[in-house]
Amino acid sequence: MAIRMIRDVIRDTIDDEMARDASVIMLGEDIVGGNGAPGGPEAIGGIWGTSGGLWAKYGPDRVIDTPISESAIVGAAAGAALTGKRVIAEIMFADFIGVCMDQLWNQIAKFRYMFGGKTICPVTIRMPYGGGYNAAAQHSQTIHAFVTAMPGLKVVMPSTAADTKGLLTAAIRDDDPVIFLEHKALYADKGEVPDGEYVLPFGHARQVTQGDDITLLATGMMVKFAEAAAHQLAQDGIGCDLIDLRTTSPLDEEAILDSVERTGRLLIVDEAPPRCSLATDLSALAAAKAFASLRAPIAMVTAPHSPVPFSRELEAAYLPSTDKIAAAAAKLMSYRRG
Amino acid sequence: MQLSREALLKAYRQMKTIRTFEDRLHDEIMTGEIAGFTHLYAGQEACAVGVCEHLGPRDFIISTHRGHGHCIAKGCDVVDMMKEIYGSRDGLCKGRGGSMHIADIDVGMLGANGIVGAGAPIAVGAGISAKSEGTVSICFSGDGACNQGTTFEAMNLAVVLKLPVIFVFENNHYSEHTGVAYSVGAESMAARAAAFGMKAVQADGIDFFTVYDSMRELIAYCKAGNGPAAIELDTERYYGHFEGDPQRYRGDGELDRIRADRDCLKQFRTRVTEAQLLKGADLDAVDAEVGALIERAVAESRAAARSTPDHVIEDVYINY
Repeated sequence: MAIRMIRDVIRDTIDDEMARDASVIMLGEDIVGGNGAPGGPEAIGGIWGTSGGLWAKYGPDRVIDTPISESAIVGAAAGAALTGKRVIAEIMFADFIGVCMDQLWNQIAKFRYMFGGKTICPVTIRMPYGGGYNAAAQHSQTIHAFVTAMPGLKVVMPSTAADTKGLLTAAIRDDDPVIFLEHKALYADKGEVPDGEYVLPFGHARQVTQGDDITLLATGMMVKFAEAAAHQLAQDGIGCDLIDLRTTSPLDEEAILDSVERTGRLLIVDEAPPRCSLATDLSALAAAKAFASLRAPIAMVTAPHSPVPFSRELEAAYLPSTDKIAAAAAKLMSYRRG
Repeated sequence: MQLSREALLKAYRQMKTIRTFEDRLHDEIMTGEIAGFTHLYAGQEACAVGVCEHLGPRDFIISTHRGHGHCIAKGCDVVDMMKEIYGSRDGLCKGRGGSMHIADIDVGMLGANGIVGAGAPIAVGAGISAKSEGTVSICFSGDGACNQGTTFEAMNLAVVLKLPVIFVFENNHYSEHTGVAYSVGAESMAARAAAFGMKAVQADGIDFFTVYDSMRELIAYCKAGNGPAAIELDTERYYGHFEGDPQRYRGDGELDRIRADRDCLKQFRTRVTEAQLLKGADLDAVDAEVGALIERAVAESRAAARSTPDHVIEDVYINY
């Protein structure tokens, strides 16, 4: 075990997989940086610091710096994957998904099915996402709701350093396309990371805290907020069963339903706006499959139905927080059937 | 370079197979047995075959919504293609793709594509693999796709990475129902491709030999590590944009004229018989052989297995 920052875990995991399998290639904007410039290659190593040194180690045929061309990046990832490569593509901000949506939605996600099951498409698309940087409406969004809604894609949202290693390794080795969502505000977080090979299978949630009063569901940065809220609530005698979903597709339905059946109360924390979202999807699941166990209406803490605002105070008001989660939990505990 | 008798017969057989396949589909669609949207390639055969006769299984092509010709030229099984278009469980894609999504990765055919312009970036990705294997990647594209931003991104990326990708623009003069004179703002598609920094040429897409010779040169150029190239082929579409298109945008007598004066099969026959490379009887024998193949394809497709509801959700993922 070593204590590592999440951004370094990402870089090291890619390094391990590129060393292990010569068919693994990587492409994206500024993942090398400095090409064609006085500063020379490796001037950047990825704007998130997630690919430093890889170009020097593996060369320009495997670590491919691209122009700002998101459709070409994802399309090229698709074409290389169909023809024998195992591809890691980086979209610098998840918000840029709009530029390459066709390649993702109509191409990569559908090849296997549309072509009669005779092809694999091993592409991992890494997308930094989320708020907390005052980066405003086009550089702060979540996209997990609509990629989770797309059949053919798998969607991963790690929240810890160890999970980042285990899930990114699994993503790169997966023969299906995987959307790997990295929360920008977690890159500098540190945590213990297992040494050597570490692979976490998709569809298995992580139990973060145990409690009998409320089931708390969260992903990514929301896990960190929910964990803080759970500790706060424990001091008031409220026990939270906090579950980090880890992957939204596939979804660990069993872990969710087992917990709800035990606690009878469900609070879902989601960084996305509230309509047609992961939160509404999970609440539909609980209502449909654990209705008899519910002792109170399902509660959700989400962003409002608005774009992400810029200023510090506006963004703070927009995002779910530890306080909002604790308040929603307390309210849920006070519910009495009228 | 003079083609062997076998090579000439194969090229003719491929073009004739495409024409017969498409003409037959045009008739069969009227019967109502075939579901969905179908875009026929008849008229453009010399383009697909003139390109693909140079290619092996690890040379890659990506196609368009008008993809049957490219699929046949690259070696997809014709009977399995027909079964796919009939929606059979035994079709090349198990009846889940249909006319617009026929693919066979094993023969290097990376898919017809229902989204105009979507193929170009995928062809560039295949070019990454092709570069490491010493092969080429071909992006078949129409005059409609040439105006998509994806095509521009792909052309630039191919130049930046110096990939062995050839952008084949088949100019059939119509982007769906709108004339190229209106929709393509550049002097030509070749001139536009050249502006991206690649070698680009124009050629007559009706003459098989012109296409074939031009492609030989471009493939050698790309394999030598010079980066991508483009070719704009002047061709004709004998049917509408889709089956059922009333084609009110055509000029008076236009279809009769292009069928009379711009027919790649007729031109091929005249050329090889006048030069005494093949006899008329040789070509007639191919016609009969192809006719029987298509007849069998339709008969087998009509009788082929159908899917059941449990097949809907298979093959979405390798594992989930």
